Amino acid sequence: MADVKKIATRQSYGEALVELGAEHDDFVVLDADLAAATQTGKFKAAYPDRFFDCGIAEQNLMGVAAGIAATGRVAFASTFAMFAAGRAFEQVRNSIGYPHLGVKIGATHAGISVGEDGATHQCNEDIALMRSIPGMTVVVPADDVEARAAVRAAYETDGPVYLRLGRLAVPVFNDPATYEFRLGKGVLLREGTDVTIVACGLMVQAALEAAGTLAERGVSAEVINIHTVKPLDEELVRASAAKTGRVVTCEEHSVIGGLGDAVLSALAECPVPVRKLGVRDVFGESGPAADLLHKYGLDAEGVVREVEALLA
Amino acid sequence: MTDTELARVACEIRKGIIVGTHAAKSGHPGGSLSAADLFAYLYFEEMNVRPEEPRWDGRDRFVLSKGHTAPGLYAALAERGFFPKEDLATLRHVGSHLQGHPNMNDTPGVDMSTGSLGQGISAAVGMALSAKHWGDPWRVYTLLGDGEVEEGQVWEAAMFAGNHALDNLVVIVDHNGLQIDGTIEEVNSAMPIADKFRAFKFHVIELADGNDMAQIRAAFAEARGVVGRPVCIVAETVKGKGVSFMEGQVGWHGKAPNDEQYEQAMAELEAAGKEL
Repeated sequence: MADVKKIATRQSYGEALVELGAEHDDFVVLDADLAAATQTGKFKAAYPDRFFDCGIAEQNLMGVAAGIAATGRVAFASTFAMFAAGRAFEQVRNSIGYPHLGVKIGATHAGISVGEDGATHQCNEDIALMRSIPGMTVVVPADDVEARAAVRAAYETDGPVYLRLGRLAVPVFNDPATYEFRLGKGVLLREGTDVTIVACGLMVQAALEAAGTLAERGVSAEVINIHTVKPLDEELVRASAAKTGRVVTCEEHSVIGGLGDAVLSALAECPVPVRKLGVRDVFGESGPAADLLHKYGLDAEGVVREVEALLA
Repeated sequence: MTDTELARVACEIRKGIIVGTHAAKSGHPGGSLSAADLFAYLYFEEMNVRPEEPRWDGRDRFVLSKGHTAPGLYAALAERGFFPKEDLATLRHVGSHLQGHPNMNDTPGVDMSTGSLGQGISAAVGMALSAKHWGDPWRVYTLLGDGEVEEGQVWEAAMFAGNHALDNLVVIVDHNGLQIDGTIEEVNSAMPIADKFRAFKFHVIELADGNDMAQIRAAFAEARGVVGRPVCIVAETVKGKGVSFMEGQVGWHGKAPNDEQYEQAMAELEAAGKEL
């Protein structure tokens, strides 16, 4: 894997905003004193007059974004996932979600792959929080190509969008020349017959690697990339579950309320055995991202283990 | 309009507040009544709006940050012709476009959904920033409660507005001195409110009687002339103003009049209107 290009989706976000800025002038970008980390600093450098720093005040960040959107323009609002979905949850719910305003939340540093900063900054609850808001679109891009496409789709769609982005550089596996992103549509990455692996974010790459390992062991795994957790592509998930009869969900997020629960809800009427791989109702801790992902089972090895446990 | 004509409008708004909260058997008459004169001045004198075209791009915007006083806003909008006054009696009923707290997608003339205190001012700041950034001439007004300013978000918003010199923004604080659990001093005083907004780089206008139309007019005239700073009007008002048994009473913050109280309140307001 050494020759595979790795890019953090937060970097894709910053660069995609710059590209979008060259085409459209009806949006602005807001941040909360984290422009270097969220990568909106790239947009700030390119279009200084279209960037506003709200300082360390995330509640107001979301409210100002809502006000801009209420005047018919688009606002991208960026901070860490912990502060976007966590601290400012009620502002997102009441000032953005309820009036269904065109605020695009670029939430970076999601999940335990934040690494060394530790539990206070590792938001493993944001998918659960955001998907509970009516009308909120929740997108978890898996790589650079997908993240760039998601930024564009977020701008182009009406209403609020939550973009869940990562700090860690992750392998780029989609081909920009052929990749097509459609909000709400999952991507069948690999066909299989024994088990369906449904993944989002950096777990998609892990799922693909796991499927390769499983194939060597005689297990045919189908891999689905669910970049849009809400609205969920229920049709694709149900069809695959009906075909394979077993489902493993994989997410760098709490097993409570995230992709796994969304998939379980979709499968409630066509029950098949499901195992949810994710952060198991615990807080994270400090450490290098790769070490943490391994410790919490959020890598290819962990996916293989989960699938084999289901097949056993 | 003359001050007397505006005072008559405010009296009609007060009747609408009583009608709405009585019909709803709930709601917040106290802080609606204290701000009735401000609603009247804003919608009949100060703001450039088109009732026949509620979402006209060029309109001035109003954000009711103290969203629980929606009965006052609705009565003003109905009086101004955004929707029939008969609708006021549907307040808080299932299926009504008049929600307990304002929703911009339900009610013609409502520019922002509010109700969770402290959030409206941020939205108003965002609107003012939007107007500045894209060169729009319209202005933004937002009304806060004096209890509401206990919310930290208010000061996050004030900091941003002051630092960005949003002189197209007017923040009005309805300083009636009472909140749900008691007087502002008893609960957790944010006073002095005027000094705080000054510290956040606002031009502050202390409106001695926020229930007096001539003084309200003078305050808004001064606000229009301010350049390079956002404006905060701290309006001293009487909670429950215009209904004798509600005036200055904490208990009328969030309680509806019963049938008897409704009759008395309407009779008092009718008489007050005739005197004008």
